[in-house]
Amino acid sequence: MAELRWAVTSWRLAAAMWMRAATAYRTSFVLLAAASLLVCSLDFVVLLLMFHHTDRLGGWRLPEIGLLYGTAGIAIGVADFLLGTVDGLGERIRTGALDTLLLRPAPALSMVCAERFTLRRLARPAQATAVLLWALHALDLHWSWDKVLLLAMMLVCGPVIFGALFVGLSSVQFFWGEARELQNSATYGGATLLQYPPDVFARDLLLGVTFGVPLAFVNWLPTLQILGRPDPLGLPVVCRFAAPLVAAAAAGAAGLAWRAGLRAYRSTGS
Amino acid sequence: MELIELDRVSRTFTVRSKAGRLRRRRHEVRAVDGLSFTVRAGECVGYIGPNGAGKSTTIKMLTGILVPSAGRLRVAGVDPARERVALARRIGVVFGQRTTLWWDLPLRDSYELARRLYRIEPARYAANLERCVELLQLGDLLDTPVRQLSLGQRMRGDLGAALLHDPQVLYLDEPTIGLDVLSKARVREFLREVNAAGTTVLLTTHDLTDIEQLCGRVMVIDHGRLVFDGDLAGLHAAGRSERTLVVDLARPGPPIEAPGARVVKVAGARQWLAFPAEQSAAPIVAAVADRYPLQDLSVREPVIEDVIARMYAGAVGG
Ligand SMILES: Nc1ncnc2c1ncn2[C@@H]1O[C@H](COP(=O)(O)OP(=O)(O)OP(=O)(O)O)[C@@H](O)[C@H]1O
Ligand SMILES: [Mg+2]
Repeated sequence: MAELRWAVTSWRLAAAMWMRAATAYRTSFVLLAAASLLVCSLDFVVLLLMFHHTDRLGGWRLPEIGLLYGTAGIAIGVADFLLGTVDGLGERIRTGALDTLLLRPAPALSMVCAERFTLRRLARPAQATAVLLWALHALDLHWSWDKVLLLAMMLVCGPVIFGALFVGLSSVQFFWGEARELQNSATYGGATLLQYPPDVFARDLLLGVTFGVPLAFVNWLPTLQILGRPDPLGLPVVCRFAAPLVAAAAAGAAGLAWRAGLRAYRSTGS
Repeated sequence: MELIELDRVSRTFTVRSKAGRLRRRRHEVRAVDGLSFTVRAGECVGYIGPNGAGKSTTIKMLTGILVPSAGRLRVAGVDPARERVALARRIGVVFGQRTTLWWDLPLRDSYELARRLYRIEPARYAANLERCVELLQLGDLLDTPVRQLSLGQRMRGDLGAALLHDPQVLYLDEPTIGLDVLSKARVREFLREVNAAGTTVLLTTHDLTDIEQLCGRVMVIDHGRLVFDGDLAGLHAAGRSERTLVVDLARPGPPIEAPGARVVKVAGARQWLAFPAEQSAAPIVAAVADRYPLQDLSVREPVIEDVIARMYAGAVGG
């Protein structure tokens, strides 16, 4: 427990340093934040344009898709904000810069995740939160305790699952330097997938993101339950509540992968 | 007390090299090969050897960055790779080729972060900072962004950063690389003080003056194996090293004949006489002064590069 607390504290210390370091270059924070906000709003604009011509997509109405969009955006956004830069690991390894991080009395993962930390990356979760609030308002659901629970579960477990994917797949870079693309397509690509209803995708893909990379647990399965929709895969209802277990397992696996990676780390010859 | 213990430690790297158009051949590099030694608390040990001998690899294992492939390793009683974070609080490391400082921030900010990461108590931090500022002359540099520091200034900054938390051991991997004579002298002076204050120092370098001026003990490593461990005098003996007596005569003459010495060079009135390093120069000087018109003389210490080169040559020949 003390170890975990220290991991968080040291992350916070390093992140604060990166924020200070960024102010050394006088680029306007407001301008850059606005640009980020604009860029991550674009895919919602695409959705809006689609609904200009139709009022259903895969049988889902716009507010229903807004629920998917919001929860997916928050999940990837929060994970990216906290530890997204772990994907730069391969570069750190190649240049030997990881060595200096390993000299600090702090978990290497905290140091790597805090890298180039910036508040600007809050743009995405902020925009996703706005869409989510609008969707919840427009849906006009009959709230019951299980729906509240499912929503809360998505907001907590979603970021954990994405965080585990960031860390676990980045650990592959310890063994194979070019693995960054693999991780980026699973995380950022996966998040885009989750913005759309599962009904529009092929069965094989759905199986892959349920049992392979456990993305379906981030928001698809819980959302099916909230909206009372049938599951295109016909999975048992318990799966819709399984996110906490899946998140814990994913985080555990990511931790093991990271550890194995560190032990295999070979530094550089000079 | 043994602070560092290595027992038959090895580290191999698998490297892939191109063999043919598509095939890749894998082969193993033994960077460190069955290395055993111990270092007691308070020692200052020079760790030298040719390029690629395995010095940096050893240091990386001693910090916990690299996991050994075989053997047992203990620093301050712990296994470095297993307890890297705990050990990091008790060691200081300076890689001459790589800075641990924050590039875009003033030196002071890097030190502040160290204070919090190493959980240094305020009073101790203030005292240590003051000591580093004084000995390393960092006063004007504290508020300068690290990227604006010269190499020598940055190195002093790095040394300070490695010592703020009162480490038991200080590892230095080529701390004087690229520095001018004056900066080197400053760094050495500082390291001497640090060692005198009780910090154990393990120093890797290609500048053998560092060793001469700082280290009571020298370890020579080659191809990942320890080939010499002893004091400087022992290294001279092992390398059959020689000192040189430079004699200026009143006028040019035939090669000097003196017992125990031989002339290696003659240039006008100046002659160079070599004699075994462990032998006293006095009888030779007396013999020369007795028989030749002497104007001036000086004794040159052996250059350790040559000593080591001869030692390698000896090892290969034998
Ligand atoms: N990460 C690595 N991958 C592959 N080979 C490596 C790696 N690190 C070191 N080596 C090899 O191990 C051997 C020892 O390297 P090391 O860096 O320890 O030498 P060194 O004594 O520090 O040399 P130098 O004086 O040049 O710094 C070399 O042959 C080097 O090529
Ligand atoms: Mg080296």
